[in-house]
Amino acid sequence: MSSTNNPAPKWLFPLVLSFIIIILAAVIPRFLPPYTIISLNDIFMYIVLTVSWAVFSGPTRYISLASAAFFGIGIYVSAVLGNVLPFLAAIALGGLASFLLALLVGLSSLRLRGMYFTIFTFGLSELIRHSVLWWEVNITRTVGRLVVSVDNITVYYAMLTIVLLTLAMAYFIKNSKYGLALLAIGESEEATDHIGVNVNALKILAFAMSAVFMGAAGATMATRWTYIDPSIAFNPLFSFMPVLMAIFGGVHRIYGQIIGATALTLLADMLLTKFPYYYNLLYGIILVAVILFLPQGLAGLRERMSKWRKHVLVK
Amino acid sequence: MRILEGKGVQKYFGGLAATADVDFHINQGEIVGLIGPNGAGKTTLFNLISGSIAPTSGTIMFKGENILGLKPHQICKRGLARTFQLVKLFGSMTVSQNILLACFFGKSGGVHKSDAQRESSRLLEFVGLSGTDGVIAKELTIANQKRLEVARALATKPELLLLDELMAGLNPTEVAQATELVLEIRKKGTTIFMIEHVMKAIMGVSDRIIALHYGKKISEGTPEEITTDKTVKEIYLGI
Repeated sequence: MSSTNNPAPKWLFPLVLSFIIIILAAVIPRFLPPYTIISLNDIFMYIVLTVSWAVFSGPTRYISLASAAFFGIGIYVSAVLGNVLPFLAAIALGGLASFLLALLVGLSSLRLRGMYFTIFTFGLSELIRHSVLWWEVNITRTVGRLVVSVDNITVYYAMLTIVLLTLAMAYFIKNSKYGLALLAIGESEEATDHIGVNVNALKILAFAMSAVFMGAAGATMATRWTYIDPSIAFNPLFSFMPVLMAIFGGVHRIYGQIIGATALTLLADMLLTKFPYYYNLLYGIILVAVILFLPQGLAGLRERMSKWRKHVLVK
Repeated sequence: MRILEGKGVQKYFGGLAATADVDFHINQGEIVGLIGPNGAGKTTLFNLISGSIAPTSGTIMFKGENILGLKPHQICKRGLARTFQLVKLFGSMTVSQNILLACFFGKSGGVHKSDAQRESSRLLEFVGLSGTDGVIAKELTIANQKRLEVARALATKPELLLLDELMAGLNPTEVAQATELVLEIRKKGTTIFMIEHVMKAIMGVSDRIIALHYGKKISEGTPEEITTDKTVKEIYLGI
């Protein structure tokens, strides 16, 4: 039987849509005011952090709060080596440093489960922050560093590339047998081990892979801030935001994670400028409301809508 | 030929011997039952064989290789699979995803997706779960969850299958079906070592039975020999 009679395959629409978005994203900066480009860069940054975080923590349910450490390492690589290395090399090194750090974190937290893993990763990021601070105060006698500045458009294209690479990685892992195995780890680690999956190796590797682009994004974004110190680079907010954004948008769908990161970045931006005094209050209320009424995140909205529509039609 | 042979297998939890100096062997193609009162060390012995826990001392030879101390995934890849006393499925995943994963990572490994899918529907039919491919695993009845766990274990292509209380919690009809399934699995060439409390079932299917008590082997023999064994009668059967 020929396949010409079949309707367009279901992946065609998203493929075309993402193609259009990519083209648009590549052309758009020359028509935009600098402020918009800066906020686009922010959105890209949070998309990378959120999607990367969800590569490991989404399926396995190991909630990591170490994103700030991986992001911050990238920032520091860029700050220390930015003036001796070309921009691209600094980004690549930032990703590599982050990968290696994640390997170490993964190896040292192998036996920890659930809440213990979460607290350990959080403690570790704080430990790194304070160690770097101590090092700077006592050894190099500098607090804070200047980062070689790179113009917004270059940062924009670098971030766009990192976003696309992150999405590609997330997509391929999710749709591979390893993605399925990560989901299985979230269900029963013991059973996963017993059907032939090297659980420890897979966990560590997935964790390290999820850190690569966080580091690369850190190295890129550092050039935009021009000045950094440990409390900027390892700001715990970079650990918490990806978790919130992923939950806000929908942990189990990549598009949900993208929507979550975009929506919360824009929301924070808008609230901060429109309601500087009630910013945190409003932000909190909206977060709580979404998590309360949409446990599946914004991505769950679509399923809800179609259910509701069916319900109404039946009546 | 002995496919599995344990010598002096010991596991201490603190000062308590869960299994103390157990010697046992399973021949290729056999169905061997493992019985004993609660806390006798049956599941501990299974956990030692499948690599879930590390032994205190002893050796377990599987196809001539000492597997004691290997990780569960390494033991699985050598052709030894198991089910669990309390079913451990990937509950939120579909029935077919449960099996596909075992096809992908089991003994043969590197299976192509379309082959794995074919294997999955073949196995589902074999255990009597045809047509449930897309069902979320935790929505199956307990009897069907147990069947799925057997199918998942079989998907790794084991030469030896450990069944930990396959019949527990099943009604008489389901017990009969499960017994039938065990015999079918053996017919296909897989050796079986099974823990069971349902006496009628285990006496019916086993070639040989090993009885444990307080971590020690108290008796071993054909079902007839076991049912007439004085120690087993006193300790376990309570006659």
